[in-house]
Amino acid sequence: MPGNYILSTATTMSGDVLDVIIEGGKVVAGASKGVQHEEIDCTGLVVLPGFVDLHTHLREPGFEQSETVASGSRSAAAGGYTAIHAMANTFPVADTAGVVEQVARLGVDAGLVFVQPIGAVTVGLRGEQLAELGAMAQSKARVRIFSDDGNCVHDPALMRRALEYVKAFGGVVAQHAQEPRLTVNAQMNEGPLATKLGLGGWPAVAEEAIIARDLMLTELTGSRLHVCHVSTAGSVELIRQAKTRGINVTAEVTPHHLLMTEELAAGYDPLYKVNPPLRTSTDVQALRKGLIDGTIDVIATDHAPHPKESKDTDWTSAAFGMVGLETAYSVAQHVLIDSGESNFERLGEVMSSNASRISGLDHQGRYLAPDVPANLTLVDTKKSWTPEPQTQSMSENNPYSGTAMRGRVRHTIYNGEFSYRDYSIMKKAGD
Amino acid sequence: MRHLLSAADLDKDQAIRLLDLAEDMSDVNDREIKKLPTLRGKTVVNLFFEDSTRTRISFELAAKRLSADVINFAAKGSSISKGESLKDTAQTLEAMGADAIVLRHSSSGSAHRLAHTDWVGSAIVNAGDGSHEHPTQALLDAMTIRQGSSDNARGKDLSGIKVLIVGDLSHSRVARSNLILLTTLGAEVHVCGPATLAPASLVPAGQVHFLLDEAIKSVNPDVVMMLRVQQERMSASYFPTEREYARIWGLNKSRLALLGEHTQILHPGPMNRGLEIDAASADSKNSMVLNQVRNGVAVRMAVLFTLLSGEVN
Repeated sequence: MPGNYILSTATTMSGDVLDVIIEGGKVVAGASKGVQHEEIDCTGLVVLPGFVDLHTHLREPGFEQSETVASGSRSAAAGGYTAIHAMANTFPVADTAGVVEQVARLGVDAGLVFVQPIGAVTVGLRGEQLAELGAMAQSKARVRIFSDDGNCVHDPALMRRALEYVKAFGGVVAQHAQEPRLTVNAQMNEGPLATKLGLGGWPAVAEEAIIARDLMLTELTGSRLHVCHVSTAGSVELIRQAKTRGINVTAEVTPHHLLMTEELAAGYDPLYKVNPPLRTSTDVQALRKGLIDGTIDVIATDHAPHPKESKDTDWTSAAFGMVGLETAYSVAQHVLIDSGESNFERLGEVMSSNASRISGLDHQGRYLAPDVPANLTLVDTKKSWTPEPQTQSMSENNPYSGTAMRGRVRHTIYNGEFSYRDYSIMKKAGD
Repeated sequence: MRHLLSAADLDKDQAIRLLDLAEDMSDVNDREIKKLPTLRGKTVVNLFFEDSTRTRISFELAAKRLSADVINFAAKGSSISKGESLKDTAQTLEAMGADAIVLRHSSSGSAHRLAHTDWVGSAIVNAGDGSHEHPTQALLDAMTIRQGSSDNARGKDLSGIKVLIVGDLSHSRVARSNLILLTTLGAEVHVCGPATLAPASLVPAGQVHFLLDEAIKSVNPDVVMMLRVQQERMSASYFPTEREYARIWGLNKSRLALLGEHTQILHPGPMNRGLEIDAASADSKNSMVLNQVRNGVAVRMAVLFTLLSGEVN
């Protein structure tokens, strides 16, 4: 039975202080007579729409030593997420209706967050032949976002076909923009530091060339493009121009690209090895500006768990990626609120409503809406904390561990019930 | 000094002291009994994940002349070439009693990583990590240049000396370590190579040259260091053919004539005769190649002595 709660004297995104009343799992305007409510003091907490992550690697099926749908769901709930999008680079790859339905069902079983699978664009992520996008779209998993993330759909003819094909299902192609021939043996951002360290460079143009091409293909096909983990100032500018021209493009940026720079590679600690690589402070500033002015639509975590042995090695042998679900809000608050550059309405858009719109999730990203079960996140903006390496995730490749952060998710309400309450995970939402 | 990972670990005084110590060690090599008892009871492991017989032998001889026990561990080709990690291999060797690990590895930063993690407690000597550094090569080059520039080398730096490094700067650990160390010692270092292989950020503006003839004329170098050309650079289109490379960037008879009478020619070896250097240059009186090899043993003795003898440098 969905519970009845009063979240008393919570602060809304616009700064009003009010009681949020939940009955039968839904937000109501006033408390009904004869209904018993549990009152939770939310004084000083900001109530936000439950966060929606467009880019999560849950690793199941296939790589359960790194993460499972259940452990990733716990990490998501602790990060304030009520919906996450499971990337397709599992084993087997999520390139059939069977696999996406399996992942979706595992999400329901975990019961802490809505798990929306992303389908592969091409069979086995190999970039050779379209996967059965229609079957995945029409499956119970209702896939709308297709991505070969980890790999770029680099063949221009195949990318064009994918963009055309997904129009039939209201789909979108989420591109991992990386020209493979320009990034052979790439280990970190190309530039003087990579030269000094003797590490293979990953040039900005390898991202920008693919984005420029894909924007033109999107215009040609009249389709919809989403650009994953934008990392360079040049990419932001390309997307800004494309939006001005009316091209149907959206873009995401990761928390780490908003916060960290390539200098972290100087100690050769693979904790900071990630793809696309950490860039320069010029890029970080451009990404922040793009996020604030609407060029970039979404903060997406690219939460990428890896087992210890994949990082406890030399730089070149190490895996790319870092976890990020539980720290994304703190980074968002730092960039948008504590900087004085933006506001909670924008934070709600980039952490929740824009992602749910891109994915077509009508039950997510809705703020205090009466017609759907409540998906809400309550944050303590003044809470100072220092993440531990070990989080709800099964993996410890956490670059934020030991870093003092400000602002933390305190409660997460998924489908009208607490999935995370007073900094603790519920077994399932409502348990 | 606990480790030698990068030429940047050495300030000018430390570098000069190491070179002076290497001169002392060199004297040992001229004795009838070429051995010092200094490191008796110490164990040096040469841990080579890449083939490099010359460097390995040089370190081996250096350790033996100091009376250390030496183990050579060639990771390539053994059961561990895939699967067992740098960490496990290094820990295994340390468990057998290694006091110093001399590491050659294809991954840039691997020596740094071995020294800065809690994997092992041994002294680490970087014997070449990927495209990053090869500090003992730079020390032996500096020793060679210093000897060739002065009758009594001890105590001196390299100020006033102009060095031209020619070849694949992008991928060369020899070039990186030399750029750092020679600059620390006061030399003026220029580089020359195809623009595909000569990143501008390596040296101050005006010290990158794309054509060897022009570089020789404008720099008038006291030292020309030719880097070895790797075959795979050609297949990756960094330059079109060996012929074209040799024509524009190779050291040959006619370019030898452009050099000063006392200009030293260095090459880290092994040489591709006919590619980056022709026989006339390699065998000329200006060629310091065998001095480099000789000094390599002395420099490595100095490094091992400094790291393992317990004396504060």
